[in-house]
Amino acid sequence: MTILLILYQAEAQTALEKFADTTASGLALGAIYALLALGLVMIYKATQVLNFAHGALAALGAYFAAYFFVTLNFPGRYLEWAPETLQWALSGLVAIALTAVVGYVVERLTIQPMIGEPLFAVVMITIALDIIIRNVTNDLIGQATRPLKTPWGTDVVDLGLFTIAKTEIATIVVTIVTLVLVALFFRTRTGVAMRATAFDQEAAMAQGINAARIFAIAWVIGAALAAVGGIFSSLFPRSGGVTVNATAFFVFRALPAVVIGGLDSIIGAVLGGFMVGLAERYAGAYLIGDTWSFLGGGFSAILPYLLMMGVLLVRPYGLFGTEEIRRV
Amino acid sequence: MRGRPLLYTSYEDEQALLPTWTKRIAVLVLLVFLAILIPFGLVPGFRFLGEGDWMTLLGLAAIFAIGALGLHILSGLGGQVSLGHAFFMGVGAYTAAALGGPSGKALVGLGLPMWVWLPAAGLVAALVGVLVAPTAVRVRGIYLAIVTLGLVFIGLWLWINLGSVTGGSQSGRRFPNLEFRLWGEEGDPIVDLTADSVWVGVEVRGEVKTYLFLLALLIVFAVVAKNIQRTRTGRAFMAIRDRDVAAEVMGVADTRNKALAFAISSFYAGVCGALWASFIGLIIPEAFNLLLSVQFLAILLIGGLGTVTGTLLGATFVILLPRLVRDFTELLGDTAQGDGLFAGIADLVVATELDDFGLISTLPGTSPGLTVFQFNLILYGILLIVFLIFEPLGLFGIWIRIKNYWRTWPFSY
Repeated sequence: MTILLILYQAEAQTALEKFADTTASGLALGAIYALLALGLVMIYKATQVLNFAHGALAALGAYFAAYFFVTLNFPGRYLEWAPETLQWALSGLVAIALTAVVGYVVERLTIQPMIGEPLFAVVMITIALDIIIRNVTNDLIGQATRPLKTPWGTDVVDLGLFTIAKTEIATIVVTIVTLVLVALFFRTRTGVAMRATAFDQEAAMAQGINAARIFAIAWVIGAALAAVGGIFSSLFPRSGGVTVNATAFFVFRALPAVVIGGLDSIIGAVLGGFMVGLAERYAGAYLIGDTWSFLGGGFSAILPYLLMMGVLLVRPYGLFGTEEIRRV
Repeated sequence: MRGRPLLYTSYEDEQALLPTWTKRIAVLVLLVFLAILIPFGLVPGFRFLGEGDWMTLLGLAAIFAIGALGLHILSGLGGQVSLGHAFFMGVGAYTAAALGGPSGKALVGLGLPMWVWLPAAGLVAALVGVLVAPTAVRVRGIYLAIVTLGLVFIGLWLWINLGSVTGGSQSGRRFPNLEFRLWGEEGDPIVDLTADSVWVGVEVRGEVKTYLFLLALLIVFAVVAKNIQRTRTGRAFMAIRDRDVAAEVMGVADTRNKALAFAISSFYAGVCGALWASFIGLIIPEAFNLLLSVQFLAILLIGGLGTVTGTLLGATFVILLPRLVRDFTELLGDTAQGDGLFAGIADLVVATELDDFGLISTLPGTSPGLTVFQFNLILYGILLIVFLIFEPLGLFGIWIRIKNYWRTWPFSY
C-alpha cells in the first residue's frame, strides 16, 4: 500500500495516467476479491450455504504457504536445481492441498450431519467453524509476523501509462485460469450432479446422485480456492505478511462482491469482485479532498456493502443470480 | 382438571401465560430464588453468587437476555436471520450516550435522566429498524444475512467517524450512570443503582441493586416477548417463518409483519445496547462488531431457537461460560503444581511454564498454548457445532427431555 502511494506521488501525473493507474490497481485488487468470491460461489452452488469460514480457511492456506516456502523451504530444499518460481509454486500447491484436506475433514465432521437441516443451522455452523479455525490459525501464526515471499519480490512492470507489480499480474492470470477451470468443472458429470444437488437435494438423491460425496467435493474445492485466494491476498503490495485479520478483511469485501454478482453465478462473482475492487480504488483516488471529507476514515470498507444494498434494491438476487420462483 | 395437566378445555386455557398450577408455583419459586435468595446470599451452596463479580455477571446475563429476546422475536419467531444486532445495539447505546451522558469538551451529552434515555434508546433503534426494513424485507435467507452483516460494517464506520458522540476510535466515552433522577444533574439521585446503601434496615450493595433493576426489566421484557408470541402478532410472525407465501395467501401481510418484527427486535436491541454501555461504563466504538452479533445468535441456538425459556437459559449459559472456564483453568493450574495422577493430567491441559506443553496457557503474554480468551472463543465454536448437530433444540430441548422422563416415570412413555 505505502509503496504504491509513494509511486503515485513520485511524479506529477496527467489525468489520463491517474485514471489508468487507478484502473490497473483496481483490477489487481478486484482479482483478489474475485478469487475469494469464486470459492464462496463454489460452495454455494453445491450446497446452497454461504461459507462464513472462508476467511479463516484462506488465512490458514496463506499460513501453510508461508510455513512451507519461508520456514521449511519444502519441497524446494529437495529441488535446488529448479527455478525459484517453480519451488514457490510447489510450496503453494502443498499448502493448497493441505487446506483442501482441512476442508474435507471439516465437512465430514460438521457439515455432513447437517444435510437436510434448515439453512440457518448450517450457516451458523460455518460461523462457528470460522471462530474455531480463525483462533487456531492465529495461534499457529503466533506473535511474529509471517512474511510470504515470492520469487518476484517487489518487482514492478512499467507499461507506459501505468505501472503494475508482477505479483498483481500473477494474481490476474491465476484468477482468469481459475475462473475457466471452475466454469469447465460445472460442465463435467460431477459438476452437473453438483448443480442438481443444489437445486433439489431429494430429487437429486432419487436420481442416484450421492449427495454426501457431492458435498465433500464442493468443500474440498472450496477450501482449495480459499487457500489460493488467501495466498494471493497476502502478497506484496497488499500486505507484508500473513495475518488472519488482513485475510478476513479481504473476505468481508468479497462477500458483498458475490452478492452483487448473484450468489450462484460464477461470472457474476468475478465481475462483482472486479466491480468492488475498481469502486474501492476509484473512491480512494477521486473521493478525496475537502469536498469529500465528510466521508471520514475507512469509507472504502463500507463502499462494497453500499454498492451491494443498491444492487439488491433493484435486483434482489444480484446481477446474474437465478431468481427463486416461490410456490405455495 | 386436576391430575390431567395436558387436557385443555378451551383455547384460552391452552394459550395462557402459565397454564398449570405447577408452572405458576415453579415460576414463583424461581423468581423468589433469583430476586431475593441469590442476591442476599440466603441459600447455602449458592452464596457465592451474591458475592463479588458473580452479581455483575448475572446482571450482564440479564442485559444480554433482553437483547437475545429481541433477536428471538426476529429470528426465532420471524425466521429472519439477522447478523445486524450489534448495529442496533450501537444505535441504542449512542442514543443513550447523547441524551443521558455527561457532556465534555468535544462530546455531546445532554445529561437527561434515565427515564428519558432508556426508552429513547429503544425507540430510536426501532426507528432505524423501520428505515432499514424496506431493504431487508426485499431479500431473503442468505441475502438477508449479508445485508445485515453490511449494517454492522456501516455501523462501525459511523461510530468511528461520529467522534463527537462516540468518543472516537479506540478511546470511547463514558456512558450515563444507572440511576433514577427526576430531572437535572444537580444533587444526589433519588436512587443510585451503583452505590451501596441501606434499604429497610438491610444493607444492599450497589451491584445487587443494579442486578435487581436489570432483573425487573428483564421480567417485563420477557413477559412482553411471551405475550407477543402467544397473540395475533406472534402467530403472524410464525406463519411467515414457516411459509411466507402461504401466510400471504391467508391474509397475513408479509412485508408489514417483517418490518414490524424488525422494529420490535431493534427496540429490544437498542435498550440492551444502552443498558450494556451504561453497565460497563466505557465502551470503544469497535465493540459493536460482528462477534457481538454472533454471540446473540449463539445464545439463541445454544438456548433453543424459538422459545423464550430457551433464550433466557442460553443468555445465562453464554455469559457465565467464560467465567467458569477461567475458574476451571485456574483450578487445573493449581492442580498441575501438585503431585499425583491428577497433577499429571492437569499438566497436559494447561501450560504453567514457558517451555511447558499444554493446550491452554495460564501465563500472560507470549507463551505456548492458547490463551484463556482464545480457548473461550474456540469453546464457543465447538459448543455451537455440538448443539446444532446433536441437540438442535438447545438447552430447552435437554430440559424437555428431562421433564418428559420424569412425567411418565417409572414408565418409558
